[in-house]
Amino acid sequence: MDQRKDDANWSPPRQHLEIGDSPADFNTGRVQGRRLTGPQQGFGQLWQKTYKVAIPNRTPEQIIATWKAEYGRFWPSNSRFYAPVTGIKPGEVGLIKSNQGPVPLSTGVLVLYSDDTSFSYMTPEGHPFAGFITFSAYEDEAAGTIAQVQLLIRTNDPLYEAGMIAFGSRAENKMWEHTLRSLADYLGSSAPVDTSIVRVDRKRLWKNFRNIRYNGALPWVRKVRSS
Amino acid sequence: MPESRIAMSVRAPKDTVRVIDIAGELTAFGEGVLTEAYEDADRPGVKSVLLNFEKLDYMNSGGIGLLVTTLIRAQRKGQSLGAYGLSDHYREIFSLTRLDEAIGIYDDEASALATT
Repeated sequence: MDQRKDDANWSPPRQHLEIGDSPADFNTGRVQGRRLTGPQQGFGQLWQKTYKVAIPNRTPEQIIATWKAEYGRFWPSNSRFYAPVTGIKPGEVGLIKSNQGPVPLSTGVLVLYSDDTSFSYMTPEGHPFAGFITFSAYEDEAAGTIAQVQLLIRTNDPLYEAGMIAFGSRAENKMWEHTLRSLADYLGSSAPVDTSIVRVDRKRLWKNFRNIRYNGALPWVRKVRSS
Repeated sequence: MPESRIAMSVRAPKDTVRVIDIAGELTAFGEGVLTEAYEDADRPGVKSVLLNFEKLDYMNSGGIGLLVTTLIRAQRKGQSLGAYGLSDHYREIFSLTRLDEAIGIYDDEASALATT
């Protein structure tokens, strides 16, 4: 078996997000210095959500190259992704502004891994989720080439968990279905988006309850409760 | 889906321990192989499952995701999950993804077995 070297595909070692230049209208305080959180550092139930769409007549490499180059273009209009200046490369940080929920969200993601047919993000403290988001493309005998987003995530704290149950999960599904629909349209495919959701772990990790101190919505919740 | 380029086999160095020897490339396409190996390892009385990465050629973020789901399966069964034979590079990846906070990392099989 040929040995493949993947050193350059992974982010260099780091525990905290470090951002360089950032847009003037972005509050970096919710990203700078935040610690990375894998699924075991989150709070809520663990979900694996997979969204797929067939994009025939394109290679996996073409799809991923387009996805990386035009990443923000495929997002819904109520959210904005500020791609790293140098592009989606391992170790870089992407910034996110979203108005999907009742409170505007400013957060970021680390580009954990990137190669010609996939790339992955890892989330930091204060992000709604703890875990990994992987974008990939692969050949499928029946459907041609498939573009896929797979989330392996827990909500980061009890407040986000409550929001996820109330409306967040549906909004999340709509967002990724929109993203794949836009990507497929851009690449000339009208195939439907397929969504598959698996609850991997029913348990909530109460030991991580205190993650709530990083939740940017806390001031809003306090204000609502006191009014 | 493309074929996985990974092989796994299960050994029983102790009554309470199973070792899954992993050879090749650990990616999301190896899900079926890892699930089958874990089911083979998950016998009554088994308290620890060790993943032997000495013959790992390559792992991407999909492979890390598989390890998370395997960890949850093991925790559900009251088993600990450990790993040994990781190169310095993959030790860094376990640290970066904070998997090392949930999966015990050992230098070699002897030290893993001495602890489990």
